[in-house]
Amino acid sequence: MTPNPQLTDTGALRHLLTIEGLSAKLIHSILDTAESFVSVGEREVKKVPLLRGKSIFNLFFEASTRTRTTFEIAAKRLSADVVNLNVSASSQSKGETLLDTVDNLSAMGADMFVVRHAQSGAAHFIARHVAPHIHVVNAGDGRHAHPTQGLLDMFTIRRFKKDFTQLRVAVVGDVMHSRVARSEIHALTTLGVPEVRVIAPRTLLPKGVESLGVHVFNDMRAGLKDVDVVMMLRLQNERMSGPFLPSAQEYFKYYGLTADKLKLAKPDAIVMHPGPMNRGVEIDSSVADGGQAVILPQVTFGIAVRMAVMSMLAGA
Amino acid sequence: MKLPDPEQLTQQLVQAIKPRLRANTVLVGIHTGGAWVAEKVQQQLGGKLPLGTLDISFYRDDFSRIGLHPQVTPSAIAFEIEDAHVILIDDVLHTGRTIRAAMNELYDYGRPAAIELAVLIDRGGRELPIAADMVGARLDLTENQNIQLTLAPNNKLTLSLHER
Repeated sequence: MTPNPQLTDTGALRHLLTIEGLSAKLIHSILDTAESFVSVGEREVKKVPLLRGKSIFNLFFEASTRTRTTFEIAAKRLSADVVNLNVSASSQSKGETLLDTVDNLSAMGADMFVVRHAQSGAAHFIARHVAPHIHVVNAGDGRHAHPTQGLLDMFTIRRFKKDFTQLRVAVVGDVMHSRVARSEIHALTTLGVPEVRVIAPRTLLPKGVESLGVHVFNDMRAGLKDVDVVMMLRLQNERMSGPFLPSAQEYFKYYGLTADKLKLAKPDAIVMHPGPMNRGVEIDSSVADGGQAVILPQVTFGIAVRMAVMSMLAGA
Repeated sequence: MKLPDPEQLTQQLVQAIKPRLRANTVLVGIHTGGAWVAEKVQQQLGGKLPLGTLDISFYRDDFSRIGLHPQVTPSAIAFEIEDAHVILIDDVLHTGRTIRAAMNELYDYGRPAAIELAVLIDRGGRELPIAADMVGARLDLTENQNIQLTLAPNNKLTLSLHER
């Protein structure tokens, strides 16, 4: 087995690139650390001095508001200096290569890169290239992975449902194009969730998805029956017409989460969504704003989880 | 070396704290040993004083050398620190670095009226200008010796000495 490039020789987290290959123990230790950061976020002064003097570069080659902002807040609450780079609008358009950009920022004293890129594997590529003292966090690469989203989702589930080994969880929507779905499925199976379901039309399921250890449902009503957790995925605008789907209206009819469909899940089931939501496409407003939704707590927990990840990396 | 009984030291600490109590006194124990002692002190003082715990992992000064402690627990201070008389409680006072970190963290909750320090054991070896106001026992230990407080399942505190 080749060593996991995310881990140091002693098994500490050096980069966070994907949830795949992380042990349940390591995932739980990230979630435990995040618990402590939640309480920091509830104080008058929401800041700790851990990363004082460290420079963190948010390197976003792809648009994002929530993820970039929560990473920025997380880094600032750790007392790091944060620089946000919207790279699509700068050097790359002038022809600079990805590694030249990284080298230049390293020469400016970067200690950590938080990378979002449309190309799967971009964060791995940077992690292989940087000097040993520099850490890389994958903030979403192509269709591959979005590990901090997966971790904050696990944090949210653990907060509301406690024990992963008793749960039935459904991931609903565009699994094929979703890096969030991949990270969620890896995390859920690693943490011992006995039944992970994916619910999607055939056109939005990747080939061989069953090999990830999930049960596939094309009928949403059947798939939602008695689940404890409903994890909705965003339907990206560009998929709403063309070869994948006839129309957004038709998608909503069959795969949109309505109050009526949610009744099939357990009465205390929670509803999650990574955002941004398309109301009336994958989720009905009455559900998104309803009592079972934990979508805004997900955002709050996302800050604590990112603080945990960044402080664990910086200390490795 | 014969080690003192930590249960007895806790009782001594309670006697030392009693005359210093004010209307705005709160107790804060430093995780883990100090939190155990603080809980016992609070009970022996009648169980009414506000009691909180601090885990100073996020305020340590050796983070860049040894990284984050693998088991951080949330600090739990469910009362106002602003204008409170804080009695900070720890098991062993050694270099003073833990107390420095604890005071920094306390200030992120508010500006206390006063902070006083109560420790079960002062073992010497200070590296910062910090002194305890209430001390259970003073021990003269070498740098190679490490004294550790443990809480048994029967809720009894014990001290043990380890050579490095």
